[in-house]
Amino acid sequence: MNKIVKLIESMDYGVAPEDSAIVTAWLKKHEAGFGHFIDGAFTAHVRQDRLEIINPATGATIAHISEGGEAEVDAAVKAARAAQPRWAALSGHQRARHLYAIARHVQQHARFLAVLETIDNGKPIRESRDIDLPLVARHFYHHAGWAELVDSEFPGASPVGVCGQIIPWNFPLLMLAWKIAPALAAGNTVVLKPAEYTPLTALAFADICREAGLPKGVVNIVTGDGRTGVAIVAHPGIDKVAFTGSTEVGRIIRSQTAGTGKKLTLELGGKSPFVVFADADLDAAVEGVVDAIWFNQGQVCCAGSRILVQEGVAERFKELLARRMKTLRTDSPLDKNTDVGAIVHPVQLQRIQELVALGESQGATLIRAGGPLPKSGSFYPPSIACDVEPASVLATEEIFGPVATLTTFRTPEDGLALANNTRYGLAASVWSENINLALDVAAKIKAGVVWINSTNVFDAGAGFGGYRESGFGREGGREGLWEYLATPKPTGRRKEGALPALSAAPGETAPAGTDLGIDRTAKLYVGGKQARPDSGYVYAVTGPKGRAVGLAGLGNRKDIRNAVEAAHKATGWGAATGHNRAQVLYYLAENLSAREAEFAERLRAMSGESKSSAAREVATAIGRCFWYAAQADKFDGAVHQTKSANVTLAMNEPLGVLGIACPTAAPLLGFVSLVLPAIAMGNAVVAVPSQVHPLAATDLYQVFDTSDLPGGVVNIVTGERDALAKTLAEHDDVAGMWYFGTADGARMVEAASAGNLKQTWVEDGAARDWSGAEGQGRQFLRRAVQVKNIWVPYGE
Amino acid sequence: MKAETFPRPHTAGANDVRNPGMPLAIEMFEAHAVNRSAAERRAATLTTRRSVKKANQAAWLVNAIRCIDLTTLAGDDTEGRVARLCAKARRPVAEHILEGLELQDYGLTTGAVCVYPTMVPAAVRALKGTRIPVASVATGFPAGLMPLKLRLEEIRYAVGEGAHEIDIVITREHVLKRDWNALYDEVAAMREACGEAHLKAILATGDLQTLRNVYAASMVSMQAGADFIKTSTGKEGVNATLPVSLVMIRALRDYGDATGQRVGFKPAGGMKTAKDAIAWQVLMKEELGDRWLQPDLFRLGASSMLADIERQLEHYVTGRYASSSRHAIA
Repeated sequence: MNKIVKLIESMDYGVAPEDSAIVTAWLKKHEAGFGHFIDGAFTAHVRQDRLEIINPATGATIAHISEGGEAEVDAAVKAARAAQPRWAALSGHQRARHLYAIARHVQQHARFLAVLETIDNGKPIRESRDIDLPLVARHFYHHAGWAELVDSEFPGASPVGVCGQIIPWNFPLLMLAWKIAPALAAGNTVVLKPAEYTPLTALAFADICREAGLPKGVVNIVTGDGRTGVAIVAHPGIDKVAFTGSTEVGRIIRSQTAGTGKKLTLELGGKSPFVVFADADLDAAVEGVVDAIWFNQGQVCCAGSRILVQEGVAERFKELLARRMKTLRTDSPLDKNTDVGAIVHPVQLQRIQELVALGESQGATLIRAGGPLPKSGSFYPPSIACDVEPASVLATEEIFGPVATLTTFRTPEDGLALANNTRYGLAASVWSENINLALDVAAKIKAGVVWINSTNVFDAGAGFGGYRESGFGREGGREGLWEYLATPKPTGRRKEGALPALSAAPGETAPAGTDLGIDRTAKLYVGGKQARPDSGYVYAVTGPKGRAVGLAGLGNRKDIRNAVEAAHKATGWGAATGHNRAQVLYYLAENLSAREAEFAERLRAMSGESKSSAAREVATAIGRCFWYAAQADKFDGAVHQTKSANVTLAMNEPLGVLGIACPTAAPLLGFVSLVLPAIAMGNAVVAVPSQVHPLAATDLYQVFDTSDLPGGVVNIVTGERDALAKTLAEHDDVAGMWYFGTADGARMVEAASAGNLKQTWVEDGAARDWSGAEGQGRQFLRRAVQVKNIWVPYGE
Repeated sequence: MKAETFPRPHTAGANDVRNPGMPLAIEMFEAHAVNRSAAERRAATLTTRRSVKKANQAAWLVNAIRCIDLTTLAGDDTEGRVARLCAKARRPVAEHILEGLELQDYGLTTGAVCVYPTMVPAAVRALKGTRIPVASVATGFPAGLMPLKLRLEEIRYAVGEGAHEIDIVITREHVLKRDWNALYDEVAAMREACGEAHLKAILATGDLQTLRNVYAASMVSMQAGADFIKTSTGKEGVNATLPVSLVMIRALRDYGDATGQRVGFKPAGGMKTAKDAIAWQVLMKEELGDRWLQPDLFRLGASSMLADIERQLEHYVTGRYASSSRHAIA
């Protein structure tokens, strides 16, 4: 039969390969191997320990890269360090011109970069061409804008310095853009390590930096594997570490950087829910699944990998989904008709196969997309796992492949509970035509990004980043730029020293003074009630001359446990309106004011400060109540400018339960200055007051009681600060930890926080002047919230 | 090889089993959600996910010709104009292109010729001896705001003059007022008036505005017995678009799932290029499957698209970019 007639009968698409001749020639030119890009030039390729780069679609070796060791990292950091002052000294406008030039050059080489990305990573050319590269250019344009505006929009902020950036292999060039663009815009210089599987577009980008005239040393790229990453993280010349990758490695980096003072952002794994309600457009949701879990072969940290469908529509949804899977084409990534390309590396393919096999042994049944897989290369068919129990490995582990679970739920509450039943909190997708339901669920899901009736939508103008063990920090938008800026750090004349040991034995000295009246016992304050310490012990609180001024409870880890539980029960506080919280804070001021003299006297007795100084501390505390009451309903989020027909809401949400270890000095003001912003933003707090002078804080619980502060919103556990702080920092159900104390304590808190990757804020307890401007401000509020971006597309 | 073994253009009466319709079932569409931004996203990426090149592209373009309802619906239509259109329908591409494709014996024609009722006799005469069906618009095309009695009479007139297919317009008011009974009764009466002729229900989606309206109107029309559902008259402000088409063919799929019946789809208006021809075929293939790439279930209502297809085919055959002046006009 005639060829055309045959084709009319079959109506096949045929093959539509993207021409890769130019990229192949470029690889050929670099056949001898790549070096690193340091100080504006490529180093010679080092054959020793070199890494082989493969095309995962064919298994063929396409390049060799050098393994960066400590020496290379050191050279790169030195180059970045040397370049940084001059780069930061450029006007914002001049930096904007550089970023603009990079954006233009990326666009001009977009096809080259897309083809190279596809060959190196295995993602379909449609995605690298239509999604990755446009987003890369957009990121540089957007941040050219921030460079222009950073001085006026972030007054008082300065660059962090030299940033060490480690990026993953799933979106090699896009993650590079997410890291480099904001860093450069803010005046930092960078040492970036691309993933060992996919370094090639980063190396091509280095050429683009040269072509676009970027000053040498501003961008340095060191290739290598995990060892190179360790060297970057460990280098003392690095001021900030930004990492995107697995939660496992994120934890190691958190521990490794503990106590170093390095700023840290982690964008880690996820197991994001994809919630389909009965009133959703099911076809839209099915197509959403395609974009959620089969985009980039499911190798997406925010992939919607747990599909939750309401029971009434589950059968139809499954049927439509199974039908849709039949038209997915898993094939050569360079073919324009390919929907699902190659898994990045045989190692990853094996991991997916093993997880799925384990899931099947645990009872899961798999629906796999039909159609032939390519004969060679690393390919895995798009799959849906059914009959997956919540404890199954497929429901809990990030598979990082084209496999999603399908589970049903009954009610919105049930769906929400399943959605939040994860250690992660990166993203979520909610499908419903009912705006009330969709927004309600979006607000209650614990995730940094929530897409309503859409999924995997990205834009440089909106923040991206996780809750819980998906990490902390945001990339993109105003909130993302903050991560590359430093605010002036308070410095004290003398660092806070080690605290004296506590004695729980009866004291030998009588209380100072003779006019104390009836003896008052300070207890712990848990769940809105005074509580005796679990240990049954108290410790002596001494005054300025070493004489006892009272006794305080010697709290222990069980008291912390109880306090955290009580804090979790104060669920209404975070949901209350800012106005309601403000009213409580005003009331607090009112009641504190009524007892001003008594509090001043207590401060005097404990610390021996002058009468006027004590009075000032109380007055300032009252003023602070007013300031945070005022902020409670004004520390707004934003509506970001992203896609057309889309409202992108950046909402400031409380972290949840926050641990606060207070500084030794300023026993009242230190406590109030930290607790107030936390509760003003809706957090519940477990606070450890000044160990030496705890009574100013414990006196407050009567004020709390009379001010309508709901029980559990503020919990006070007195005792050995660093031991209690450690328990808090280790607690998996505490979302954030502020520690103001010693350098050793700070290191301990940061290291212990790695368990659930809680957000930390550590500082020398003696550094800050709590009585002045350093003692209050928006930076306290920023620390007390995390930004959730909710994407709401519209149009009927 | 004999021409008879080739796939033939659609001819009246050689259709799939006709959709008999069913009683009005409001629950099949009233609660059905259609999310516009999601439909637009799907439509936008459909054509970027698929690419048809070289010989495959030539085949797809030839197939598109088989599915074109070559149309003239203008106030200045004359018998001569209709005759010229029919000549183009009989020989849609130049002989040297057919030779280049080795399709001289294929019997390639357009899917149908579509005209106003008074032009049906002229079209029937001009197509005599071919198997190309004559389609006639009717029912007060394009607004449809004539008394039902007259609209039904117009259908009977066109059928009586030899039309094989009747493209009716629905009363948009029924949709906008959600008077599903009235819409159902109207289309059912039209179907009856059509007799053996096939009924294509034009929804005038540009007037219906919302995609939920489009879905509901599609479903009611099919329940009332439409053989085809069609997007537009070509006279509304917005004619065939991919998102609207997507919603209509999903309705068509849902109707098929519920009844086992196959209904045809015809986008019309606004499609001018060979690229459009590929795009709509990708849509049909991806969402419904290959069966809906045959002219008995798929038509492209277009007048200028054929000229662009012909130029693209010439380029495929000769390797040179073509000029329309070398091709016969419709």
